[in-house]
Amino acid sequence: MNRVKNKIAPYLLVLPGAVWLLIFFAVPMVAMLSLSLQEGDIVHGYRFTGHWQTYTEAISNYDTQIIRSLIYGAIATLVLIVLAFPVAYWIAFYGGRRKPTYLFLVLLPFFVSFVLRTISWRQILTDEGPLLSPLRDMGLIGQSFHILGTPTAVILGLVYNFLPFMVLPIYVALERIDPRVVEAARDLYANPATTFRKVIFPLALPGVFAGVLMTFVPASSDYVNSEVLGSSDTTMIGQVIQAQFLENSDYPTASALSFVLMLVLLIGVFTYARILGTEDVMKVAAR
Amino acid sequence: MSASNFSDPSLLRGLTQRRFGRRDALRLSGLAALGGALAACGVQGQGTQAPASAEPDAVAKFWNGKTKNNTLRFANWPLYMDPKQPELKAFTTKTGIKVKYDEVIQEMGPWFAKVQPQLSAGQDIGYDLMVITNSFQFTQFRDSGFLAPLDHSKLPNYAKNAGAAYKKEAFDPGNAYSIPWASGMTGIAYDESRTGPIKGLADLWDPKFKGKVGMFSDVQELGNFGLLAVGADPAKSTEEDWEKAADHLKKQKSDGIVRNYYDQSYIEALGSGEVWLTQAWSGDIFQKNISDGTNFKFIIPEEGGTIWTDNMTIPVTATNPVDAITLMDYFYEVENAATIAEYINYVCPVPAAQPVIRQHAGKLTGEDKDALLDVADSKLVFPTAAEYAKLHYYVAFEATSEQQKFQKTFEPIVLG
Repeated sequence: MNRVKNKIAPYLLVLPGAVWLLIFFAVPMVAMLSLSLQEGDIVHGYRFTGHWQTYTEAISNYDTQIIRSLIYGAIATLVLIVLAFPVAYWIAFYGGRRKPTYLFLVLLPFFVSFVLRTISWRQILTDEGPLLSPLRDMGLIGQSFHILGTPTAVILGLVYNFLPFMVLPIYVALERIDPRVVEAARDLYANPATTFRKVIFPLALPGVFAGVLMTFVPASSDYVNSEVLGSSDTTMIGQVIQAQFLENSDYPTASALSFVLMLVLLIGVFTYARILGTEDVMKVAAR
Repeated sequence: MSASNFSDPSLLRGLTQRRFGRRDALRLSGLAALGGALAACGVQGQGTQAPASAEPDAVAKFWNGKTKNNTLRFANWPLYMDPKQPELKAFTTKTGIKVKYDEVIQEMGPWFAKVQPQLSAGQDIGYDLMVITNSFQFTQFRDSGFLAPLDHSKLPNYAKNAGAAYKKEAFDPGNAYSIPWASGMTGIAYDESRTGPIKGLADLWDPKFKGKVGMFSDVQELGNFGLLAVGADPAKSTEEDWEKAADHLKKQKSDGIVRNYYDQSYIEALGSGEVWLTQAWSGDIFQKNISDGTNFKFIIPEEGGTIWTDNMTIPVTATNPVDAITLMDYFYEVENAATIAEYINYVCPVPAAQPVIRQHAGKLTGEDKDALLDVADSKLVFPTAAEYAKLHYYVAFEATSEQQKFQKTFEPIVLG
């Protein structure tokens, strides 16, 4: 009897989560997949016809925006690694008793709405704002120089908004490093640079790996930063999907684009995981 | 100052806060709305196709057996009525009909996406009266058979008091399904200290203002100005005109004249000097001038501007349509039209409200009196024949395919 219970128990434990996933993930996914293969218009209704051409049309119409989104996402992720690593490193090794305070400070911006924070960057970056006005008065930049509406502004917004998602996983990885490993490296006459390169960084890679997943995917599909800080030249695929759903009521195209984006991101993530999966990371570390 | 230049900053405190609120209620925070749209996706097959204008027997068929229930649920846009709702209170006293008033409509697309599944399933959407703009979605509502045909025998005040322009709108011939709540205009706003005098659409294409021109991201607003710039009347335009207009707009973009395509944020862009002249909604600019002490000007372009109308309609599934149409007509009593206009400061569809507002002003003193007199004299609230002559209606789409074609023509300009 007990044995049966033991066999069933894990399934029972997984049940709530599974039901949740089924209702709120699988069902909408199937509905959306069906929708992407339907034809018609909002007035006369959409009917399932298996019209897969919606996909090819959507890709050929919006390939620019898809590629642009992936490039922005990738650049933002790289910048994030460069910015977040020192922050996480400092908190993990020099934070002392104040570590929780510093982590709280990293998270503090989340207490203000995402959209509001992005809009406040508008005020800072605007042509006659506190940043560009003095520079222009000093003659350091030309009359027509601007940041708002450029890819720089959009990527800056992405980096700013996703910074905590990169800092925290790297911090967790660094936090777990046994100080004795570092001491051992020093005992073996490794200088600080070598210790970092050969010991600390490889051990932090799982954190970087997680951080990349947590930032690249949402950054590539983001539509707020480009909407607020960008222009029609920086349109990202998230904006296109949003416009197709809510403004044009073109549900099949919007669904198709959502799937294409999901597929592209999944392929990217799996490739990335194969090349730099956590296990392989350890192998790299061992080398 | 030309006749169409209404840029007197004394013009009005409350001018058009509404658009401020509604467009601002971000499509950005639209995650929730997106969720709604996704949920809407599951529903296939909408209502049957309704005739573009209601047949007499359709009216009889809908209204037959409908009675007054002394209750009414009214969906409107934010800031479109005095929050104390004096008109509705007086209405309840007069008719015994209790009104539940909700400011739930923020943008046409998401509103349509929200109520469409219920309407196509023939279910009550929780409202008996809703105010919708003459945008794409108006046509979608109408063609899906979601709007109740109006029984004009129940609208005597409308027949008597509505201005001529509000009885022959292209988007709803014969006002078969709607009567106007209020109207507003799309024109050009500019910072005269930087641009000098601005006359019309040609200035929006002037290389002199390279990188300093703002246009709307709304394809219909953008398309309209493109059409007017190439000399076509939007309401009568053909697909050929659309192509021509799109090319003209593409040139404006590729020449680097357009800084960006804006939603409501064009006001900030104008305020911060990001753009010097931009497509604009009439009231926003006055609101900006009054709240921030700026001195921006607004003109109806000499080539023409557009007028849009927000309309009272009854969803076909309404449970209290008689009460709804009673309220619709009540707003066309001159006194009520006047008090609404005094508060919202949009184009009033009842010309006779003008002297009534003057009368009301006569009973006041000081600033309050001046403010009301400004409303009464404002060409933005009571346009004269000269203004109407320059104002064009939106493109009226015969079929959804036509509307899709229009969108596909102009969308690439915005979604670079």
